[in-house]
Amino acid sequence: MTDHEPTHLTDADEAAVDDAYVDGNALAGDLLEIFAMDMTTAVGTCGGCGRTAVLAAARVYRRAPGVVLRCAGCSHVLGRIVRAPDRVVVDLAGLRSISARLPD
Amino acid sequence: MAPVTRGFGGRQHAQQPELPPGQYLVEDFPVLSAGPTPHVPPDRWELTVTSETGEQLRWDWDAFHALPQEDVVVDLHCVTRWSKLGTSWRGVSLDTLLADVETSADHVVAHSYGGYTTNMPLDELLHHKAWVAHTYDDEPLSPEHGGPARLLVPHLYLWKSAKWLTGLTLTPVDEPGFWETAGYHNEGDPWREQRYWGD
Amino acid sequence: MAGAALLGRLTWRTATARSFTAETASARTIVLEVPGWPGHLPGQHVDVRLTAPDGYTATRAYSIADATNGDLVSITVAEVPGGEVSGYLAGAMEAGDQVEVRGPLGGWFVWRPEDAAPVQLVGGGTGLVPLVAMVRSRARAGARTPMRLLCSVRDPGSALYSAELALESTRAGGVAVTWQHTRVAPPGRAPGRIDADVLRAATFAPSARPTCFVCGPTPFVEAITALLVDLGHDPARIRAERFGPTGGQA
Ligand SMILES: Cc1cc2nc3c(=O)[nH]c(=O)nc-3n(C[C@H](O)[C@H](O)[C@H](O)COP(=O)(O)OP(=O)(O)OC[C@H]3O[C@@H](n4cnc5c(N)ncnc54)[C@H](O)[C@@H]3O)c2cc1C
Ligand SMILES: [Zn+2]
Repeated sequence: MTDHEPTHLTDADEAAVDDAYVDGNALAGDLLEIFAMDMTTAVGTCGGCGRTAVLAAARVYRRAPGVVLRCAGCSHVLGRIVRAPDRVVVDLAGLRSISARLPD
Repeated sequence: MAPVTRGFGGRQHAQQPELPPGQYLVEDFPVLSAGPTPHVPPDRWELTVTSETGEQLRWDWDAFHALPQEDVVVDLHCVTRWSKLGTSWRGVSLDTLLADVETSADHVVAHSYGGYTTNMPLDELLHHKAWVAHTYDDEPLSPEHGGPARLLVPHLYLWKSAKWLTGLTLTPVDEPGFWETAGYHNEGDPWREQRYWGD
Repeated sequence: MAGAALLGRLTWRTATARSFTAETASARTIVLEVPGWPGHLPGQHVDVRLTAPDGYTATRAYSIADATNGDLVSITVAEVPGGEVSGYLAGAMEAGDQVEVRGPLGGWFVWRPEDAAPVQLVGGGTGLVPLVAMVRSRARAGARTPMRLLCSVRDPGSALYSAELALESTRAGGVAVTWQHTRVAPPGRAPGRIDADVLRAATFAPSARPTCFVCGPTPFVEAITALLVDLGHDPARIRAERFGPTGGQA
């Protein structure tokens, strides 16, 4: 998104800047790399409002210095992932709990 | 070894000598967002400065505009590697905002509408190095770029220039902010390429 | 199949472009050969990583367009103006060129052919890609699961897979396909966005308790999921895949 836009926005895109997120599902690759299991189907409890939802349905903002995972209900920051050349920093402190099904 | 993708150059990322290490030049003004963009009407906007004793200075939009205004042209360096040169802003110097503050604290935390925070030593904000800006390129600062008003600390990576600024808190102890607690460098000097923890 | 594929360390695999099919003026399908591909479920995506000669890399997500087909994996990419990765994939890439992929990814936005519940698919622009994978997997499996597809595009020329889907909707036991045109409609039809009336006419009623898969640009998905909930669909049965603000053009 740039200042001298918007020439190529789609029909419904008038409010594009506030729709600059995708779903937790889009993080499947990063989460699988970190946790070695699919975490997008894990159920998280929001530390802000108590809502429970699969991580796939959380909001992901990643046009930023890192990835920010937010509650789709209250926008509370559920987690952050920052990738440096030699490490990845993961903070999921905004989730009260995560319940993940173990691979059979 | 990853295979090279023939024909793929990527967005221009060749380095230029006048830029800090690892940065590339952009002509547009990328918008980064770590959350929904707050839309704060100027008549409900306020800025506070709170000292370590709890003493508070407060400006509403009119009072803030009644302060001495400065025009500055500065270069911006984002930790995501783009740099934009010669950007023009209008705002109030931090020297002005902090002139009447009694403090012995050495650190500052900037607070934004929407919950964002970032920290820096008080000294980094003084001596004509930092502003609270409300005008960009002769236009009111748009919400995407941090309007009504944002912090502007151009000698540090741009994440320190908190968008949607509403408060500055002076603290005796350093309190790392949103990105500083998640892997980004506490100081963030682009010329020393202080991007991540340990850099 | 895909369950097993989700286990173990995630690795980047070298993928070689084998063939291209133009879908619209700005979108094309790329068939990638990925040796050792473990198979996937319809709706899953891959991360695609491009590496420039100086080592610079760029990674983006792309939905898988086809049913599992050995070592071949198809993606359909629409060029976003100024887009770093889509510009290359939809433009400069030639047969034999190599990228890396990792996947299959995601266990949420997937349809399992053994699932008996009716399926309502709603796609906007390139949001059709993971949905057509569901249509193709259903045909491949010979499944009888009730499935309907509603797609929103700007004009007839922007419709992905239109010839194939026309055949599908006339095939006995095929998926019913409805197109909605937002800017320019074919003769005799009015252009407009999908609204409650369109949904009532072209999709399963909430009483049929369908699983709904909604995919496309973020604002499109926001609008459709809100309409579906208003019509009485159980939010727990609605699964969404947002491509981002520019990710849904076709
Ligand atoms: C799970 C998933 C599946 C996808 N599947 C497909 C698919 O099957 N086919 C397909 O064509 N695309 C798909 N996409 C979109 C795809 O990943 C890329 O986003 C798209 O191809 C654009 O990438 P780019 O590098 O060309 O554009 P970029 O260079 O990243 O961006 C191009 C322009 O759009 C703006 N922009 C892009 N994204 C954003 C944003 N989030 N916020 C603000 N501005 C933005 C940029 O600023 C720039 O001006 C999918 C996305 C997701 C998350
Ligand atoms: Zn919440």
